[in-house]
Amino acid sequence: MFSFCTDPASLEGLQWLSCYLTTGKHMSMYWAFGTVLLLLAITAPTALAFGFAGASAARSGIAPLRWIGKTYIAVVRGIPDIAFFLFFVIALDQAFEYIRHRIKCPDWDEPIRQGNDFIVCTAAKLPLGNAPQWVHETYGFMLAVLTFAIVFGAFAANVLFGAMRAVPKGQLETAEAYGMNRRQTFWRVLVPQMWVYALPGLSNLWMVLIKATPLLFLLGVEDIVYWARELGGAKQPQFTDYPHPDWRMWYFAALLVFYLCFTKLSEVVLSRIMARLTHGQATAAGEAQRKAAA
Amino acid sequence: MKNLILTTAALAVAGSMTFADGHSVVRLGTEGAYPPFNFLNDDGEVDGFEREVGDEICARAELTCEWVTNEWDSIIPNLVSGNYDVIIAGMSITDERDEVIDFSDNYTQPDASAYLATSADVDLESAVIAAQTGTIQAAFIASTGATLLEFATPDETIAAVKAGEADAVLADESYLLPIAEADSEVTLLDQKELLGGGVGLGVRESDGELRETLNAAIASMKADGSLNALIAKWEVGEQF
Repeated sequence: MFSFCTDPASLEGLQWLSCYLTTGKHMSMYWAFGTVLLLLAITAPTALAFGFAGASAARSGIAPLRWIGKTYIAVVRGIPDIAFFLFFVIALDQAFEYIRHRIKCPDWDEPIRQGNDFIVCTAAKLPLGNAPQWVHETYGFMLAVLTFAIVFGAFAANVLFGAMRAVPKGQLETAEAYGMNRRQTFWRVLVPQMWVYALPGLSNLWMVLIKATPLLFLLGVEDIVYWARELGGAKQPQFTDYPHPDWRMWYFAALLVFYLCFTKLSEVVLSRIMARLTHGQATAAGEAQRKAAA
Repeated sequence: MKNLILTTAALAVAGSMTFADGHSVVRLGTEGAYPPFNFLNDDGEVDGFEREVGDEICARAELTCEWVTNEWDSIIPNLVSGNYDVIIAGMSITDERDEVIDFSDNYTQPDASAYLATSADVDLESAVIAAQTGTIQAAFIASTGATLLEFATPDETIAAVKAGEADAVLADESYLLPIAEADSEVTLLDQKELLGGGVGLGVRESDGELRETLNAAIASMKADGSLNALIAKWEVGEQF
């Protein structure tokens, strides 16, 4: 990075540190912060969408839809995350490839499963075997987003399901009395009012999601915890220009600060959202807001 | 319209024919945390003995290769499900693994496994011994009277010994030697264990053709002494 970094062994103090902290490997770690933030930014709304769909399905009037919603919530919440991440992602990837295989190679006559191996024709590989590495990484990242969204969507669905039930029944009855049909009542009365009941549960989920990103490495996406472990581990002089003993403590301390700042920021934002949602609601907090304003 | 569909279908079939010729790109999966076999250098790229061996094998077999890192725990499942084509991660050839995947010929001699401890007087019969999960060393300790303490990465096994959590760590000697040299707190014990059948490349059982290609390249590297030169350079055990 800097011009004086050509011979790190001769450097000391701050100069050494500035060279050390700007190696290609450290740059990868700084990138990983971006990866994690991007993952959260994409996963949170996706998971919320899954949750909303799950909750709406679970309280649907149509029985099969209701069964699907309830099964989704029960099954995904019941499976340990780590098992889900190890098994489900490989299964999902194979399902995609299997579908592509059926479409792209209809005259393939060998079995797909040969012993332990899962074999589809080369054209059905996802991404294609000769695709550049960044395509593979993006694909892995998308699988990660989808898996996170499905897992956290199930929890969100349960929260939203509860929140939908918490909306006072009088509100819904009034809506019906005004002649709204089921759909109108749902979208115009129930949904706008349920968020205030859902937010505490959803904010919990958000906090858990922030800290669940190390599961990314199970999917081959290198996150910040992976890099902290890799960079902090003792390095022998044969293998690096910057030998050092076990420094994982310092790297994890840096992560601790990052996570604490991030959760603090989240809390500030969430409490603002809460204040907005409470406005005009028939809850104790809403009442307090009204009195304070009056 | 029908013509259009037929043409696309024909093109798709023709396309898959050319692809089906074999692997246009061979993806090499490694752990990147086990020097001197494989590790990430300061630039964050895969480096080490296996990097050089792998690149040379690919050059000789005229394959285009791409390096991928994957966690040790899931390195075999990801191979069989096709996320990469070759495991090149200091993986010793054992019967258990051979049931799930196929191995190429070994490109290192069976390397002695050594014990690293903070003091020389460890009673290996009753000690707590650390090893990386899913390694031949972990399997070996499980079969002795000692207590096995497993960790996901090789690095953590060393940290456990230094923290006093384990009495010793059992791993490949070529991995432990640089650590013992660099760190005065830990020493290698005199006792060695001979485990495994050398390190080989892992490929899917259905990938016989690729395995033959790799074997031919390894054989030619053995024949002209270039493999021995790399073994000497990276100090990964005996020569061929």
